[in-house]
Amino acid sequence: MAPAKKRNVSSKANVKKIKIDLEGIVERILKSRKHANDVFDILEFLQSEKEKDITCAVDACCKLFCTFLKRKDLFIGKLPGEDEAIKGEHSPDEKYKIFMRHRYNNCVEILLEHLNHETHEVKESALCCLMKFAAGQGLHPLEDLDWSEHFSFPRELIQAVVHNILSQSSDNSLLISRFQEFLEMEDVRYYVMSSIRDNVATVMDKSKGVVLPVYQSNVFTLMLNINMPSQDSELTNFMVKQEAKHEDWKAAKLHDHKRAFERMWLGFLKYKLPNSMYKKVLVILHDSILPHMSKPTLMIDFLTAAYDVGGAISLLALNGLFVLIHQHNLDYPDFYKKLYNLLEPSVFHVKYRARFFHLANLFLSSSHLPVYLVAAFAKRLARLALTAPPTALLIVLPFIYNLIRRHPSCRVLIHKPSSEDELLEDPYVMKEVDPALCHALESSLWEIKTLQKHYHPDVAKAAMLINTPLSEQEDDISEVLEITSYELMERDLKPTESKSFPLEFETAAHLLERRGEVLGQHFCLA
Amino acid sequence: MGKAPKKKNLADKVRKAKAASEIKNNPFEVKINRKKFDVLGRKSKHDVGLPGVSRSKAISKRKETLLKEYKQKNKSNKFIDRRLGEYDAKMTPEDKILQRFAIERQHSHGKRDVYNLNEEEELTHYGQSLAEIEKFNDTVGSDDESEEKGLLSAELTASHFGGGGGLLRKKTSGGEQEDEQGGQKAKSRQELIEELIQKSKQEKRERQVQKEEAQELTEKLDQDWKSIQALMVKKTPKAEHVDKPEEKPEEYDMMVRELGFEMKAQPSEKMKTPEELAKEEKEKLQKLEADRLRRMMGDEDGASVQSQVHMSADDLNDGFVLDKNDKKTLAYQDGKWNIEEETEDDKEEEGKTGEEEGSEAEDENEEDDDDVEEEEEEGSGEDEDGHSDLESEQESENEENDEEEEASSSRQQQTLSREELKAQQEAAKAELPYTFTAPESYEDLKDLLHGHTPDNQRLIMARTQKCNHPSLAAGNKLKLQKLVGFLMEYMGELATRSPPELCTIDKLIPELYALCQMFPEAAGKSMQSILGDAAHSMEEAVEVKGHAAFPTLDMLVYLKVTALLFPTSDFRHPVTTPALLFISQTLTKCPVRSLQDLTSGLVLCCLGVEYISFSKRFLPELINFLSGTLHLAVQDKASTGCMVVPPFRLSGKYSDLLVLSNSESCSSWSKKNLPLSATQQLELKSDLNKDHYRLNCLSTCLDLVKRCCLLYKDLTSFTHIFQPIRTLLSKHLLFVVLLQELHSEILDAISSASVTHTRLVFEKKKPIPLKLFTPKIVEVLDYGKKRGSTREEREKERLKHKYKKEFKGALREIRKDSRFLAREKLNEVMNRDAERKRKVKELLGSLATQEGEWKALKRKKRT
Repeated sequence: MAPAKKRNVSSKANVKKIKIDLEGIVERILKSRKHANDVFDILEFLQSEKEKDITCAVDACCKLFCTFLKRKDLFIGKLPGEDEAIKGEHSPDEKYKIFMRHRYNNCVEILLEHLNHETHEVKESALCCLMKFAAGQGLHPLEDLDWSEHFSFPRELIQAVVHNILSQSSDNSLLISRFQEFLEMEDVRYYVMSSIRDNVATVMDKSKGVVLPVYQSNVFTLMLNINMPSQDSELTNFMVKQEAKHEDWKAAKLHDHKRAFERMWLGFLKYKLPNSMYKKVLVILHDSILPHMSKPTLMIDFLTAAYDVGGAISLLALNGLFVLIHQHNLDYPDFYKKLYNLLEPSVFHVKYRARFFHLANLFLSSSHLPVYLVAAFAKRLARLALTAPPTALLIVLPFIYNLIRRHPSCRVLIHKPSSEDELLEDPYVMKEVDPALCHALESSLWEIKTLQKHYHPDVAKAAMLINTPLSEQEDDISEVLEITSYELMERDLKPTESKSFPLEFETAAHLLERRGEVLGQHFCLA
Repeated sequence: MGKAPKKKNLADKVRKAKAASEIKNNPFEVKINRKKFDVLGRKSKHDVGLPGVSRSKAISKRKETLLKEYKQKNKSNKFIDRRLGEYDAKMTPEDKILQRFAIERQHSHGKRDVYNLNEEEELTHYGQSLAEIEKFNDTVGSDDESEEKGLLSAELTASHFGGGGGLLRKKTSGGEQEDEQGGQKAKSRQELIEELIQKSKQEKRERQVQKEEAQELTEKLDQDWKSIQALMVKKTPKAEHVDKPEEKPEEYDMMVRELGFEMKAQPSEKMKTPEELAKEEKEKLQKLEADRLRRMMGDEDGASVQSQVHMSADDLNDGFVLDKNDKKTLAYQDGKWNIEEETEDDKEEEGKTGEEEGSEAEDENEEDDDDVEEEEEEGSGEDEDGHSDLESEQESENEENDEEEEASSSRQQQTLSREELKAQQEAAKAELPYTFTAPESYEDLKDLLHGHTPDNQRLIMARTQKCNHPSLAAGNKLKLQKLVGFLMEYMGELATRSPPELCTIDKLIPELYALCQMFPEAAGKSMQSILGDAAHSMEEAVEVKGHAAFPTLDMLVYLKVTALLFPTSDFRHPVTTPALLFISQTLTKCPVRSLQDLTSGLVLCCLGVEYISFSKRFLPELINFLSGTLHLAVQDKASTGCMVVPPFRLSGKYSDLLVLSNSESCSSWSKKNLPLSATQQLELKSDLNKDHYRLNCLSTCLDLVKRCCLLYKDLTSFTHIFQPIRTLLSKHLLFVVLLQELHSEILDAISSASVTHTRLVFEKKKPIPLKLFTPKIVEVLDYGKKRGSTREEREKERLKHKYKKEFKGALREIRKDSRFLAREKLNEVMNRDAERKRKVKELLGSLATQEGEWKALKRKKRT
């Protein structure tokens, strides 16, 4: 223990020393141009193997070049080559500026490389430093242009940063979450969005239809971290203030933000996504993407494609589709038929069960649906309920009852008195994809009758309701949508006063020997 | 009342003079309150009034109270008359005098001669002076029998000719008579008791008188006898001889009594024959079964909790539970244990034990006889004692039995080298102490049981339980309740050890069962917390990862133990319902990724089938899992086209778990029971072994499917439930010969189920009666009172009314009082005035006479 501690202490001391050294160098360079060559020492440190050294050097660089940017000690305009500058006709002052500009460019390159360093600290400090440079450049542009015509913003630098953040090999989610604080600034966000679009287009075109999970997840995380403002007046936080024509700047207009946002997403969704990514996009689509698009209807293609995929993805696409149908007047042919075919045993087991039933409840709440359709839904759900866990059953049974309540003509499903006691086979055809042809209306919900024998008392009680006419009031299924089996269990585990524990009266002498033993017939102790 | 008032008015006189009935009948006294309406069924108290009587009553009352107060007003001293019975009208003057005299005597007899015993006073017994009794000249007792001789009392005849039951009936006969009387006259209980007391007192008195008379007579006789004794010296032996033959009926009496007592001395609960015992047991089980059924149907109305534990009459209430399998009575043969018996078939054993019990019963019967004889000698007074003796003997015997059984139970597991083992066990048992303190913590329990063989661990637990029985000390109940939780925890730990020590768990089950029977609450709570924790952790795993791992062996053991301790068929049970939910959660959320997982799943399926086998409830997860398991065995997944329910997948890495690697391996396979430990670790080296294991799993799975088919064949959706399994079995799975039988049985069962059903209709409601047009007649119970208000309001209203009435009454009384007082004052003033007038008149008169005299004198002088 002791030696390690010692080393630790010594390394700390070492770091401190370096820091002091670097600070000294920075002081010297800033004080007089004599020490200009010391800047190489800093750059050397910047490329060192030790993380501590790097972070110290990054700090030093940041301080140094920010001051230079402020002092305008860096060459402004089109930068001549280093060799040319030495040969060419320049004043010493200009020569110095050119030299420093080159060093600055070197420094930025190294920092961009560091964005994909192994350790997070280095990445983070490099990112912060780069963003400070960007801010500095925004205030004191390095390009020599007519600023009354153009808007000064370090576009290239931001593009480079984005390009490096969206790595194809390592998961940069931590760094991206750090980056989020810069995305709060409106202009940065705007330019980042357009950079992402360009970047995605180039990278994905190169990959030629092959999914790049790491890259795409990085892009997705970055895009997810973009918080769009909802009103024009909220656009106040800028990194670079434009002196003239601020109002005309695209980055200052919400409409342009929305368009950039829309193009970014469309550009991203154009390419093939890994399955998990697909689901993630669909999960957030309706509340964090669609509202911020200038034309949400452009998502129709994506959503219909997703809806046709089947399985969990279809279930999730339903939510986006609902928003489009509900708010943007989308007309979707055979929507209910597809919804009907989405009903499979797995809907009771997937994670998005609550969302699906919430939406299904919304879709089927219309009173203008044909009876055959509602009956088909009720019958199919009842049939599927034969494989459902109790938590799902507590949703499905009230759901079916609600359907019957809304459409009183469906009551024949649970009550069809006939004069003679005819016996009949279930006429319902499970395999029929068209709800109009599945003969659901001619059937009865015998499945619910079966569920009256379900092992869980709550389910059995719920199933008992069909024995008597249903009440007028609809059941509120939103309460049971999110119920988990542990919560269900807690109902019985809760200590109540009147609860007694009935006991088994058959004496137990052995683990596996008893009347009606099943386990003991197939398994043995040893 | 009659004496104090000095002034008597007319009404008082009248009232005193005439009897009440006379007054009532006097039309001048009676005032009839006319009713406005005559209402049927209404009783009114005030239809007839006696104003004169009531007025005079009121006036006299005022005179006694108000007037006195008025007269005493402004007077600080008061004269209290303490003469005895001075104002008691009920006392006759003679009584008064007598009592006053007695008190006088008492007063004169002061404290000073409290201890002066010899003066005047005489100690008596039954009104007879003790001094006289001390003379011992009472010889009455000796001749008592001779007096009774020849007396044909009702009692005697009843005992002789009444079928012999007279003696027994004697006790109750009194009560019966009273009952009859009660029936005739319908007397109240109080009256009856009073009558009884009176009667007994009277009898006592009569007896005393009789006795006194008899004594006098005998004394007289004695004296007579003495006077003629000398004359009859030689004749006495003859007289004795004459007496003798008359004693014979006494023997008969004795016999009658004996018989009577014999019947009386019979035990309240007779010794039961084995058949009777079996019958009783059966009845008890039937009752419990009915109870179970009721709970299964979910009837909540019978909530009255009955004692769950059956207590036999012989139960010592020591918490010891006799296990069926332990029921081996120890028998001795030539001073050795009769161990051979244990190796014999159970049937024989039972027969033998039955015989033994029979013989024991006989023995005890003999003892009973002895006891009865003894009692007879000792007299009837001791008969209860004798009985309690008998009971205590039985108890001690039972205790012995218990201990012996316990000892013998530990010798159940006999192996080939029984002799050796026996010796070992004897040695080990010798080491075990007989008392244990109850462990305070789980660590204590572990230390206690550490290093002992399973049998000894069981013995330790049993002894701990006995030593700390709740009836022995106050804190023991709590200790044992804690022990339940510890024991469960210990079982879980045993199951998680590698290799799992399931045999130890097996041994500890009876102890846990016994503890659970004693403390259902504690056992239920600890099991609940175990299940809750497991379910919660699984839920968390599912939230994080989307799936969870199969539970470890300890949870499987807990689930099994739950089924052993608690009824699984209840509609809702605080322990078994969560346990079933846990099974369901596991079967839906845990993907099968290895043969171990599959084994765990199959264990859970077995447990599931066990849980529902009695109630036949529908457990969808079970069918899903079984069909998923069968799906694992299909070689060509793509062609099946049937739906697979999560956690199983249609295709994937683990979807070929049960596909045989080599179809040849079937030939060498035979069904074996899988070890429970296979759920934790499974080492199968060769492909052949793996294939055999797979076949084992498949056969288990098929057997479970078959059981499910039988259980669910009455469900309306039976065919739909088993549709996937049916298609799998009939089209895609072809089995080896050994499984073929199961296979075909299942298919037969599925296809034989009826597919047609009647349509669903609502349950028939009770028809709503037609509306009738006849007016609805409501019985009005309280007239003129507000109805339809709440209970409190009515109460308030009633109180208000009462207050008003009382207030008015009080006001009236006060007015009457003041009127009375005014009258009295006026009277006083009038009297005073009259007096003064009289005096003035007197004075004036005397003056007039003086004047007259003087004038006369003057006239005389003049003349």
